[in-house]
Amino acid sequence: MRVGVVTFPGSNCDYDLYKAAQQIGAKVEFIWHRQKNLDGYDALMLPGGFSYGDYLRAGAIARISPVMEDIIGFAENGGPVLGICNGFQILCEAGLLPGSLVRNASLRFESKDIHVLVEQTDTPFTSEYQKGQILRMPIAHGEGNYEADDQLLEELEAEGRVVFRYVSSDGELSEEANPNGSKNSIAGLSNKSGNVLGMMPHPERAMEEILGSIDGVGVFLSLATNLSTVVL
Amino acid sequence: MSAGESASVTIPLVPPRTGDPEITSELVADHGLSDDEYERICRIMGRIPTFTELGVFSAMWSEHCGYKNSKRLLQLLPTEAPWVIQGPGENAGVIDIGDGYALAFKIESHNHPSAVEPYQGAATGVGGILRDVFTMGARPIAILDSLRFGDLDSARVRYLFGGVVSGVGDYGNCVGVPNIGGEVAFDRGYEGNPIVNAMCLGLMKKEDLITASASGVGNTLMAVGARTGRDGIHGATFASEELSEESEESSRPQVQVGDPFTEKLLLEASLELISSGSITGIQDMGAAGITSSAAEMAGRAGNGVEIDVARVPVREPDMTPYEILLSESQERMLVVATKGYEGEVHRILEKWELEAEEIGEVTADGRFRVLEDGAVVADMPALPLTDGCPTYEREGIEADEVRELREMDLAEHLIPEGDLTKAFLLLLASPNVASKRWIYHQYDTTVRTSTAVRPGGDSGVIRIRGTEKAIAATTDCNGRFVYLDPRQGAMIAVAEAARNLVCSGAIPTAITNNLNFGNPLKQHIYYQFREAVLGMADACKAFETPVTGGNVSFYNETDGLAIYPTPVIGMVGIIENVSHISPQSFQSEGDDIVLLGENTAEIGGAEYLYVTAGLVAGFPPRVDLTHERQLQRAVLTMIQEKELRSAHDCSEGGLACTLAECALGDGEAPFGVNVVLDDALPPVATLFAESQGRIVVSCAPDRTENVIRLAMDHGVPARKIGTVGGREESFHVTAVSGQIETDLTSLHQAYFGALPAIMNTPVSSEK
Repeated sequence: MRVGVVTFPGSNCDYDLYKAAQQIGAKVEFIWHRQKNLDGYDALMLPGGFSYGDYLRAGAIARISPVMEDIIGFAENGGPVLGICNGFQILCEAGLLPGSLVRNASLRFESKDIHVLVEQTDTPFTSEYQKGQILRMPIAHGEGNYEADDQLLEELEAEGRVVFRYVSSDGELSEEANPNGSKNSIAGLSNKSGNVLGMMPHPERAMEEILGSIDGVGVFLSLATNLSTVVL
Repeated sequence: MSAGESASVTIPLVPPRTGDPEITSELVADHGLSDDEYERICRIMGRIPTFTELGVFSAMWSEHCGYKNSKRLLQLLPTEAPWVIQGPGENAGVIDIGDGYALAFKIESHNHPSAVEPYQGAATGVGGILRDVFTMGARPIAILDSLRFGDLDSARVRYLFGGVVSGVGDYGNCVGVPNIGGEVAFDRGYEGNPIVNAMCLGLMKKEDLITASASGVGNTLMAVGARTGRDGIHGATFASEELSEESEESSRPQVQVGDPFTEKLLLEASLELISSGSITGIQDMGAAGITSSAAEMAGRAGNGVEIDVARVPVREPDMTPYEILLSESQERMLVVATKGYEGEVHRILEKWELEAEEIGEVTADGRFRVLEDGAVVADMPALPLTDGCPTYEREGIEADEVRELREMDLAEHLIPEGDLTKAFLLLLASPNVASKRWIYHQYDTTVRTSTAVRPGGDSGVIRIRGTEKAIAATTDCNGRFVYLDPRQGAMIAVAEAARNLVCSGAIPTAITNNLNFGNPLKQHIYYQFREAVLGMADACKAFETPVTGGNVSFYNETDGLAIYPTPVIGMVGIIENVSHISPQSFQSEGDDIVLLGENTAEIGGAEYLYVTAGLVAGFPPRVDLTHERQLQRAVLTMIQEKELRSAHDCSEGGLACTLAECALGDGEAPFGVNVVLDDALPPVATLFAESQGRIVVSCAPDRTENVIRLAMDHGVPARKIGTVGGREESFHVTAVSGQIETDLTSLHQAYFGALPAIMNTPVSSEK
């Protein structure tokens, strides 16, 4: 299994993602944002950070990076693509995922552990979880407030594309448990065919007991399981 | 014969540059130089300096760069130990942490800029300290921030506080370095002059260590990173003056603007440059910009430098040599490339989309020579710039009003005016005691996936991947104690830092310090400084924690009013095995609570007095360094032998607040507490005095006997004071003739609700 971690100038979770994918046995390589050929990768991951400083709008400049065209092609061919935090923002800016991520309702950067409910297990990144499972992992972002119009929200809900939703530690939906004001408490969603996943929480930071949680392991384990099935 | 050779025999004359002002006594005074100092400069030069040369001397001999009022006393601090690789004098101190790794760390202040423009002032403070660490060859792995503000009932103070927190957060978050702790205090003593100190830790393989020295005659000087603009000109001199009402308007142009994105690129590019072997030295262009970086690098190597300012990439037209040399534009580095490897430097910088330009070379003649498009505009001996700055030892006399405050009779305050529980909840909700979650929830604390203990505990902990070790770090200083008794207060700061590390399972190892004081030319300020340094020296020796560097920030005064003397201790410790990492909060119902150390009636300087009577008075608590040492050894042994479930240092708010913090943990599932204290003391003292040398630990009931025996073996008094209660129980602490009893919801609300409630009220930048 060969996984590419796409690094933009200003990415800062690239190394963390590298380590997380490596932990479940993947062969991981960094892909610099100017690279043009993505042949031979089984999955692509877009890390968190502040690509190009996010001075214009989170992800807005990374979207026009040379590598994006190939990432879009890879996704359209059904290749698994995971975007975490800034990676999620870039996927939205690039049109691989609908809607957008705007400034947190608090108007402050929010960094803490939150809980999400697993709602979909038919993606290559969540198949090892149980539906209804509650995961604990960190968030760390200033622009994670998922915004979409009512029609899009209805569509996402009807098609079952909300993969993760912010909940309290006992699984309740509430304003308090929603750390950034996201519509419908959306923490992660997939594209129509389910191979592209974007999420604001950081599963790569919840991989070891010493870091406070191992609930993120499932994301990477799911990918490993799915890719090995494909190969077989 | 070249100009360089003739320089050694005759005094090089430099004609005045067209458009530069004439050197007058007013101009000299405006540059912060005394008549004596100016005469000394003329003697060194053998002639009258040009305007450009005057600017260079003024910056290099400012308090900020020259340490003229602190150097002599700082020499009293212990700086050596077998594990110290690099002591004071470099960009950052470096210690050996074993397994082939070294840790670089340093603390630095950005007080003045933050008082004028809180967001940018704080942000650029973080930027500067990151550069100090990665220019040693180390990758930054953690940030801590030590902050002081006035009372939060002022809308202006809330504006400063909010701005500083966003500035510290946004910069570190963007670069991707976790914030693992620090401290914040609020007291009217910091009303006009907030304190913003940032500390950074960096990790490297020992062989990657590089120093900031301009070695190798003929090597090429290169300016790397952002372009040079007119921002921050004379920031170093600005930092060496008091603030006044007018400062905010007139000084704003001296505050720089940060660009953390460029910083992140610069970080990656610098580490790649260092590992490529194409450079021999690298230094941040920090305070006093190109001037200080070039002069300091030349000084360390005993060489000279020649720079042509016309080759420095600028972002504004028509900049004079004076401006280019003294600009403090951010995110710039001076790199010494090995002759012939300039192309490699360019290649690496281009990958990171950064600029690099050859601006000069290392020379053998020991001169600091500046050209403008080939024409000499400054030519001076390099060494006196760094080593020739006059140093002063002054007379220090304690202020009468401080002695009076210290000797005030506090007996009446030991009798509570009403309900103890009420006083306790008020104290717990004081911003000095209450949870700082509102702050660190704005800081990325988990990026780099190595944070084992996040902010909110006694110290932050970062595990070292690929080893069994972890590093703990803390910053500490109680400015009130230092104000009331500088020597005692500084000793307490060191002792508390060490206690904090030990409670997390770490062996205290080394110190970086940030000495924040008022105007040292005033006798009572110099007294505070001298006494604090002496106290610090004693404590550092007692704990075997050498000082490997730091920063002195004088002139923290507004309209003649000085801050409390605040010598912040940034201490790092080694945790030999990650299994020793110990939490501060209670872990299990039914565990025993054991107090190590003794309660006393020393209420002086306590937060209780400030909250209930608005008082900063009395003798601060005594600190017995021998006892502290024994206590710390005892706790470390208990942790390493797995006897404990938790350990927490007893500090602001006294024993009652410490117990509350142990019970509340991160707030998700608080424990009840049942404690009985039989000390023959007034209950206010037992519960709220901030006596030193105390640690609250918890352990499984079948370990209690062992814990007490281990303490006794180390000569430390220990006794069981109660048990950890269930989640449905209350917080109940009984002292002789008085008690605190409250439900956990009220406890939670007081501790976690206080700061968010205050910060939900409007802010104002108006004075």
